[in-house]
Amino acid sequence: MLAFILRRLGQSVLVMLVVAFIAFMVFRYVGDPVVSMVGQDATTGDIEQLRTRLGLNDPFYVQFVRFVGNALQGQFGISYRLQQPVSQLILERLPATIELAFASALIALVFGVVLGIYTALKPRSFSSAVIMTISLVGVSLPTFLIGIGLIYLFAVELKVLPSFGRGQVVQLGWWRTGLLTESGWRSLILPAITLSLFQLTLIMRLVRAEMLEVMRTDYIRFARARGLSQRAINFGHALRNTLVPVITIAGLQLGSVIAFAIITETVFQWPGVGSLFVNSVQVVDVPVMAAYLVFVALVFVVINLIVDILYFIVDPRLRDGARTGR
Amino acid sequence: MTDLPHSPEQPVPARTSRLATFWRSDLVWSYRHSPVTIVASIVALALILMAVLAPWIAPYNPFNPATLNLMDGMTPPNSASYSDRYFLLGTDNQGRDVLSTIMYGSRVSLFVGIMATLFAMVMGVGLGLVAGYAGGLADAVIMRVADVQLSFPAILIALLIFGVARGIIPPNHQEGAAVWVLILAIGLANWAQFARTVRGATMVERQKDYVAAARILGVNPILILLRHVLPNVLGPVLVIGTIGLALAIIEEATLSYLGVGVPPTQPSLGTLIRIGQQFLFSGEWWILLFPAVTLVLLALSVNLLGDWLRDALNPKLR
Repeated sequence: MLAFILRRLGQSVLVMLVVAFIAFMVFRYVGDPVVSMVGQDATTGDIEQLRTRLGLNDPFYVQFVRFVGNALQGQFGISYRLQQPVSQLILERLPATIELAFASALIALVFGVVLGIYTALKPRSFSSAVIMTISLVGVSLPTFLIGIGLIYLFAVELKVLPSFGRGQVVQLGWWRTGLLTESGWRSLILPAITLSLFQLTLIMRLVRAEMLEVMRTDYIRFARARGLSQRAINFGHALRNTLVPVITIAGLQLGSVIAFAIITETVFQWPGVGSLFVNSVQVVDVPVMAAYLVFVALVFVVINLIVDILYFIVDPRLRDGARTGR
Repeated sequence: MTDLPHSPEQPVPARTSRLATFWRSDLVWSYRHSPVTIVASIVALALILMAVLAPWIAPYNPFNPATLNLMDGMTPPNSASYSDRYFLLGTDNQGRDVLSTIMYGSRVSLFVGIMATLFAMVMGVGLGLVAGYAGGLADAVIMRVADVQLSFPAILIALLIFGVARGIIPPNHQEGAAVWVLILAIGLANWAQFARTVRGATMVERQKDYVAAARILGVNPILILLRHVLPNVLGPVLVIGTIGLALAIIEEATLSYLGVGVPPTQPSLGTLIRIGQQFLFSGEWWILLFPAVTLVLLALSVNLLGDWLRDALNPKLR
C-alpha cells in the first residue's frame, strides 16, 4: 500500500514539474515581461537594468528553479491587467468556483446514480426511453447553450431565478461564501444545473451500463435462486459492484468540472477563477494564465491521487494483488 | 442494434457494376435501414451546402456596409422592415439579415471545424502509427503525452494554446491569424484520441503476416506504414474523425462564445450566439435562437452520422 502510494506520489510530482515547466515557458517567453512593465520612454539601459534586477539574464535553469520555488510559495507575480498579486486574485475567486463545482458534482452524482439505476432496472419502460433520449440531447448540446436556455426559461420567462452573479455573499475569514444567504442559494441553482448536466448524463449512462452488465452475472442469478428480495439484490449486490468505476469517473470528472466551470462562469458572470482565466486569455495576462495552468494541474493531480487511493480501498482485488507482491 | 447484417440469400451475380456492388454493401445496407441516419445526413448535407454556397445564395451580404441600413435593425422574422425589404429570419441590431449571417457563420464554423479535425487527424494518425509500429521509447513518450493531455478537457487546452499564440503573434497580424490560431488550438487539443486508437490498431496489424512479408522483402518502414498498415487502420479513424468534427464545431463555438475565437469581423455561429445573448432580455429572441438552432442541428447531425458509422463499421456488432 505504502509503496503504491509513494510510486503514485512520485508520478504526480513529475507531472507537476512538467506542467510547471510549460507554465514557466509561457510565463517567460510569451510577451516580454519587461516591456509590459516599463513605460514608453524607457531607454535600452533602463530595460537592461530592470532585466538584471528581475533576474531575467540568469541562466535558464536558475530561472526555472526560482519559478518553481516561487510557485511553491504561491507567488506567481503581478497580474498585468489588474495590477494585483496573482495569488491573491485566485484566492479571492476560488471559493466561488469551489462552491459551484461541489454543488454541481453533488447534483450530478445523486441524480446520475438514481436515474442510472432506474433506467437499468426498467430498461423497457417508456420513462427510461424518455430519460435516455433527453440524456443524448444533453450530451450533444454545448454547455453554454444549455446555460442560455436555462436563463431564458427561468430568468426571462418565469422570472423566478437570477441570471447572473452570486447574490449576497458572507465573508467567513478569507472565504467568501454565497451559501448562507437566500439570494446566494438562488443564484447558485442555474449555474450548478448547467455545469452538472454533462457529468450527470455521463454518470447516468455509466451506472446504467454497469448495472445491466452486473445483472447478467452468475452471482446475481445465484442471489435470486437463494430467494433474496429484489431490493436486496439490486442494492446490496448489484449496485455495490457498479460503484467502483463510478467513483473513478465521478472523481476524475471533478477536475473537468473545474475546467468546464470556465464556460458556465462566463455564461452566468459567476465571479470564479474560470472567468478570471477567460478574461486573462482575452488580454494575454500571462502571469494569471501560468498560475491558472499550475492550479488546474494541481487539482487534477490531487484528484487522480485520491481516486487511485480510493480505488485501492474499495476494490479488494487490488489490495490482494499488492499483498502478494504482484 | 436493429441493423441486422446483410445476409445474401442468393449469391451475388458475378457480373455487377461497381455502383451495384456499392449499393449492396453492408455500409449502404445499414444506412438504408436507419431512418435517423438518413435524416441526419440530409440535414448535415443541407447545412454544409448552405455554408459552402453562402456567397452565392445568401439573400444579403451582411458584411458589406454599403448594403446595410441601420433603420432595418431589429426587424422581427417574416415581416417587412423599415426600408420595405424582406428578412425571413429578421435582422440584428445593425440591420444585418440573420439568415445571411447564419450562412456566413456556418461557413466559418465548418471551415474551422473541418481544418482542425484534419489537422488533429494527420498529427494523431502519424504519431499513432509511429508509436504503434516502432514501440519502445517513441511509443512511451508519445502515449505518455497523449495520456496526460487526454486527462485535461480539450477546451482548456485550446484556450491555453490560443492565449499563448496570441502572446507570440504581433498585434497587427492577430486579426488575420485568428482563424488559423483557432484551428491550431482545437487541432492540438484533439489529436490524442486519434493517436491512441491508431496505435492500438497498428500494434495488432504489425503482428500480421503481410507486414512481416513486406518487411522481409525489404520495404522501407515508412512505405509499410503508409501503404500497408494505414489503409487497414483507417476505419476507426473515420469514426473518430466524424465525431471529432462535431466536437470541434462545438469547441469552436464555445471559444468564440467566450470571446477568444474568431474576430468579430468574421463571426462564426458561436460569435452570433454571443451577440444574440445581449438581446435575450429585451425580447429580440430571433437574433439568438436561429444561430443556436443551426449550431445544434449541425453538431447533432454530424454526431449521429458518426454514431452510425461506428456501428456500421464495427465488426463486433455484425
